[in-house]
Amino acid sequence: MTERAEAIAVENLHKRFGPLEVLKGVSLTAHEGDVIAIIGGSGSGKSTFLRCINMLELPSAGSVTIHGETIAMKKDGHGGLLPADRKQVQRLRSRLGMVFQSFNLWQHMTILENVIEAPVQVLGVPKAEAVERAEAILRRVGLHDKRDAYPAFLSGGQQQRAAIARALAIQPHVMLFDEPTSALDPELVGEVLSVIGDLAKERRTMILVTHEMKFARNVANHIVFLANGVIEEQGPPEEIFGAPKSERLKKFISSIH
Amino acid sequence: MISEESTIGAMALTDLPDRQGFFKPHRIALMAVAAALVFCVVWFMRWDWIPEYGGRLAHGVGVTLLMLFGTCILGFLFALPIGLVQVTGPWPLKMLAKGFCTVIRGTPLLLQLWLLYYGIGSLFPQFPAIRQSFLWPYLREAWPYGVAALTISFAAYEGEVMRGAFAGVPRGELEAARAYGMSRWKVFRRIWLPRAVHRALPTLNGETVLQLKSTPLVATITVIDVYAVISKVRQMTFLTYEPLLLLALIYLCLTAILVVAFRYLENKIPTRGA
Repeated sequence: MTERAEAIAVENLHKRFGPLEVLKGVSLTAHEGDVIAIIGGSGSGKSTFLRCINMLELPSAGSVTIHGETIAMKKDGHGGLLPADRKQVQRLRSRLGMVFQSFNLWQHMTILENVIEAPVQVLGVPKAEAVERAEAILRRVGLHDKRDAYPAFLSGGQQQRAAIARALAIQPHVMLFDEPTSALDPELVGEVLSVIGDLAKERRTMILVTHEMKFARNVANHIVFLANGVIEEQGPPEEIFGAPKSERLKKFISSIH
Repeated sequence: MISEESTIGAMALTDLPDRQGFFKPHRIALMAVAAALVFCVVWFMRWDWIPEYGGRLAHGVGVTLLMLFGTCILGFLFALPIGLVQVTGPWPLKMLAKGFCTVIRGTPLLLQLWLLYYGIGSLFPQFPAIRQSFLWPYLREAWPYGVAALTISFAAYEGEVMRGAFAGVPRGELEAARAYGMSRWKVFRRIWLPRAVHRALPTLNGETVLQLKSTPLVATITVIDVYAVISKVRQMTFLTYEPLLLLALIYLCLTAILVVAFRYLENKIPTRGA
């Protein structure tokens, strides 16, 4: 890892839900072009960690830095943190393309309208330009013929590809995937993974929470194994899958195969 | 692109079966009966009074429609915050909105109307300050009390409907909007509000039709709507049934127009069947 700029740096992140501490001090740095896969059992805090990066979940302690800009936080008076500057969070979020487990497409808009919504409404791109870009992106994910359909009329795989198109449309610095294939029927997983795989090949910076181990191994250049709210082990995929060191990781990998 | 089978279109009066399917023997027989009835009504009953009262009737329909649309639009504007604060507001506002809805929905509209008109309305003239204010020309009329009562009623019922509609928008969609950097106001304007209104449209349709049929109550406080005109006709002509039949026909037509208009709005965004 030489001289590539830091895209995201998370330092010592803690997250408590009441008495339950989900994240107990997680630090992670993603450089430009990194594809980082976060794996771990359910309840290990993977999704919470990802959602803390764009402040959908507010961390209890720690800091998040995006493109060298640290999100300013202040104490909320109940032992947690709040963003000090809402505008800053909105601005930083507008360059993080988030893809959700349950797609979360806006159901009252067509696919095309979903894709141009954030560029036009948040980034202020002229509509004609946004439409032109959106059509190119939709063609890439193989949904150009569905651009005037409403999300409810698409299969899960198509909806998730549309959600990826929506994320690409904001020309994101970093893409965040929160278990993008977990809500899909098995036969639809492949089409979504192949789109994500293509993005990985372009060396787009991505952080990916996933249960698809084979996929993580193939596309990621860095694997993070999260257990009980801490990073138990991390490294290149060959090491993590080929020569796991910790007992927990060995057990986790053998439980999957 | 969107196949007809998988779309649940809201059925409207415009959706009739095709010609061949429609003219079945039993339908033809029933239509003959209906035609005979209409013929009898037109031929054997007295309708010669219509030309004389036509102008007043048209004016009455205008007043009814003004009452309906004015109070629906105003009431809906109040209903939005009433519904919203019940979902996200701080608890004092939440309790206030809940209390308002409970009291208004728990008492008859006629009672509210009379409390406003005969109660508050008769108190106002006792205060010289009010008599001299620029509002007095309006406050001594009857219609502002009618508008106020109908608006408050609509706001309370629709506030409850919108509370459900706002609460029913999937959290994930709002989260996605935040994740893409939208401000709170933009999330509300672009995602939350349109989603909620679309979800509430079928209910709003029914409530608007109910509101139409609440408007005759304003005749009890001397507002001359279509119902008041018909009452006048009955007094002047000593006819009982003919004016009432015409009144029924007028309300039916207005309802049909409302239903078709709402169904058109609903179908602008197709809904997927389960």
